Amino acid sequence: METAILAGKTLALDADGNLANRNDWNEEIAKEIAAIEGIPELTPQHWAVINFMRAVFDKEGDSPSIRRLTKESGVDTRTLYQLFPKGPAKRAARIAGLPKPKGCI
Amino acid sequence: MTTPAQSIEKVCIIISRGSLEGVYPGLIMANGARMEGIEASIFFTFFGLDAIIKKRMNNLKVATVGNPALHMPTVLGAIPGMSSFATSMMKKEMEKLDIPPVGEFLTMIHDAGAEIYACRATVDMFHLKPEDFCPEMDGVISVGQFYEKAAGGQIIFT
Repeated sequence: METAILAGKTLALDADGNLANRNDWNEEIAKEIAAIEGIPELTPQHWAVINFMRAVFDKEGDSPSIRRLTKESGVDTRTLYQLFPKGPAKRAARIAGLPKPKGCI
Repeated sequence: MTTPAQSIEKVCIIISRGSLEGVYPGLIMANGARMEGIEASIFFTFFGLDAIIKKRMNNLKVATVGNPALHMPTVLGAIPGMSSFATSMMKKEMEKLDIPPVGEFLTMIHDAGAEIYACRATVDMFHLKPEDFCPEMDGVISVGQFYEKAAGGQIIFT
């Protein structure tokens, strides 16, 4: 299994390179993953997306669709793509310490 | 030793049909491309243009005649109201999967940074005017301009 050293700890990764154990995650780790993904600073809007994704995942076992994310997190589509320019669903899930979203939408 | 496959950076999707099942695959692929950070544009041509015509975009129907995958005899498919029935069933299932209606989907795809074009030849053939189209339409372009915009990308015909 792949591992990565994040915030001083050696953590297991899944096949997609996301954290294998959601409980390993903390805000320091999120900042380090974001920096690797080319996002130097996580703004309050980034956190709104990350926290919303984690909350939905905790309840439903998968990340929300982009449509639901933009309707319920308070961050609109344009902003979402500016926040995570290289692909919002996958990148935000990785930073949030969640597996790659399963859905197509 | 194999070299790792090169990732797709850009897709240009052509939507040429105007039935519900003819339009959605292209929209889902364009949206999915943007979700992955892939540059995307959609070129609507022939009856596919219905998907970006304001008055028609939210009234697209499933084709119940000449559609063997519906597993329905053609004579049944031809009964008045059958297409509307099949359409409403399909829309219900799509809503469950969080797939938006065409108008909302186009706004979402456009806000995600995809470009939306109409085919010049079709616009002329059907005598369409700029005001017939949804505001997300970025321009009416010729086939030549389409190929210029598609340079360096993958072209997907649907």
